[in-house]
Amino acid sequence: MASITFKNVVKQYASGKTVNKVIHGVDADIGDGEFVVIVGPSGCGKSTLLRMVAGLEVISEGEISIGDRVVNDLEPSERDIAMVFQNYALYPHMSVFDNMAYGLKIAKVPLAEIKARVDKAAKILEIGSFLTRKPRELSGGQRQRVAMGRAIVRQPKVFLFDEPLSNLDAKLRAQTRLEIQKLHRELGITSLFVTHDQVEAMTLAQRMLVMNAGVMEQFDTPEVVYNRPATTFVASFIGSPPMNLLRGAPNAAHGGPPDAILGVRPEHLNLGNEGWMLQVDTVELLGAERLVHARLGDERLTIRTDEATPAPAVGSTVHARPTPGRLHWFDATTGRRLESA
Amino acid sequence: MVERRPLLNVLSHLVLIVGVLVVAFPLYLTVVASTQTSDAIVQAPMPLLPGGHLIENYTAAWNGTGGGSGAKAPVGRMMFVSLVSALVISIGKIAISLLSAFAIVYFRFPFRMFFFWAIFVTLMLPVEVRIGPTYKVVADLGMLNSYAGLTVPLIASATATFLFRQFFLTVPDELVEAARMDGAGPMRFFKDILVPLSKTSIAALFVIQFIYGWNQYLWPLLVTTNEDMYPVVIGIKRMISGGDSDMQWNVVMATAVLAMIPPAIVVILMQKWFVKGLVDTEK
Repeated sequence: MASITFKNVVKQYASGKTVNKVIHGVDADIGDGEFVVIVGPSGCGKSTLLRMVAGLEVISEGEISIGDRVVNDLEPSERDIAMVFQNYALYPHMSVFDNMAYGLKIAKVPLAEIKARVDKAAKILEIGSFLTRKPRELSGGQRQRVAMGRAIVRQPKVFLFDEPLSNLDAKLRAQTRLEIQKLHRELGITSLFVTHDQVEAMTLAQRMLVMNAGVMEQFDTPEVVYNRPATTFVASFIGSPPMNLLRGAPNAAHGGPPDAILGVRPEHLNLGNEGWMLQVDTVELLGAERLVHARLGDERLTIRTDEATPAPAVGSTVHARPTPGRLHWFDATTGRRLESA
Repeated sequence: MVERRPLLNVLSHLVLIVGVLVVAFPLYLTVVASTQTSDAIVQAPMPLLPGGHLIENYTAAWNGTGGGSGAKAPVGRMMFVSLVSALVISIGKIAISLLSAFAIVYFRFPFRMFFFWAIFVTLMLPVEVRIGPTYKVVADLGMLNSYAGLTVPLIASATATFLFRQFFLTVPDELVEAARMDGAGPMRFFKDILVPLSKTSIAALFVIQFIYGWNQYLWPLLVTTNEDMYPVVIGIKRMISGGDSDMQWNVVMATAVLAMIPPAIVVILMQKWFVKGLVDTEK
């Protein structure tokens, strides 16, 4: 087991004279045995960051260390890591057993030990009954388990997951999420998990690293990321529906600095008889809750109410007031959180 | 065209039967002629039913004791020469093409695309176009009348290289990355993953190249002057020489039938692989 350290890690692709910088200096420390989720929209560089840890992409600048070794110049197989790919990348012509054993065979592990390790991993993942099958004879969920098994048998210091759940259906995804959590509790191996799905990120992460356009926006526990987002990007990316961000809000009335952006989550806006005057645009019933989309002046915002609250008529005027102490303030130019509030 | 009409059925079967007859009749005639005496064949019309001299004609052909005034190389020896050449050509072509396609697809080296296009351009140059200079080179190297002379100039294959390149491009990158994670070096990846995945393409190419090698005519005609090194296709040609009078057509036909058997066996045996490759794609 090992910690992972990023020191000002930069990735750029040079094609001729134009240099395309995709990761702008990431600094982060991941503790021994920690489960960290890297989350962000597509194209934010999260997969690139993971692939740099894996050794599949060259690190342009900076340093990545695993344990106390700088791994910049090490081959992927020398880094003591194992990776689960999005489409599993199982060898199609090998049986499940051979798929899991291949890395160990190359490392010249004795056959008896290979067998013991594969059997143990197969038992943990409940894939013992189809060790002799070929990947094409397995379902998506089973392939996913084999891919995880291949990672486990190597007994690595670090697990890398590159969106491993995105090819599964919703039910299987939720189930596999729980299994990954359980696996991490049992094995306690440092894990880096890339996803664009905020539910996966919130549920799996001990700490989550939110990325946007090659920049690390926030690196903290899911609670802190949700309750105290560091930037307007994090505020609008994490949470569904996203946080309301208002530029023209009556800041002074709520004790905020002038010109700052006011952020308030939909569940912290309460309909009532006084407060902000809103025009109702649409109302959506989602089952246990109801979303009221309304306009304050010309800014749109969303209010989350429970299903027992009567729905306001579309086009009518309602009043809403934010829960005190649940307001967020962001600098209007940098988008960073203002801590005074 | 999908509906069933008796007239259409009759018509389509008629077309098919005529087609089969056109293709199969010369073959049938060859087989019939190989069972007659040479006197019977030169009569007009020649008999269209098998005669009773099958065993003696084939023995004569196999041992080279028939053949009249033409060359009298034993077919056994010629078949062996053909088999060796066809196998060396097909296996050599596949080995070299696999390796060069591997280099072009998976390695980043200077002038990579130049080499690819250089190989690609040679697709336009069949053996016949470069036969003069190639003969000069082979002759100067003293490779006339040898297996090397028969096979080496035919081994390089742009077609097979191109085919394997196209196949390798469809192998997902994640497999390469997974293999790197597992610690497989380039040649290990090639041997353990790429070659097994290419099995069906290799089988298909083997059939095509074996027949190509077996049916070589112009090139062996130039580089072999010694009866010992005649491939069977050339052997047939050399048997037919001079006037019609003394020609033992029955033995020539027996030789032709024998020459047809190995390619047919290869096609029939490898057909299973084709079907297998088509039914369950390993990707």
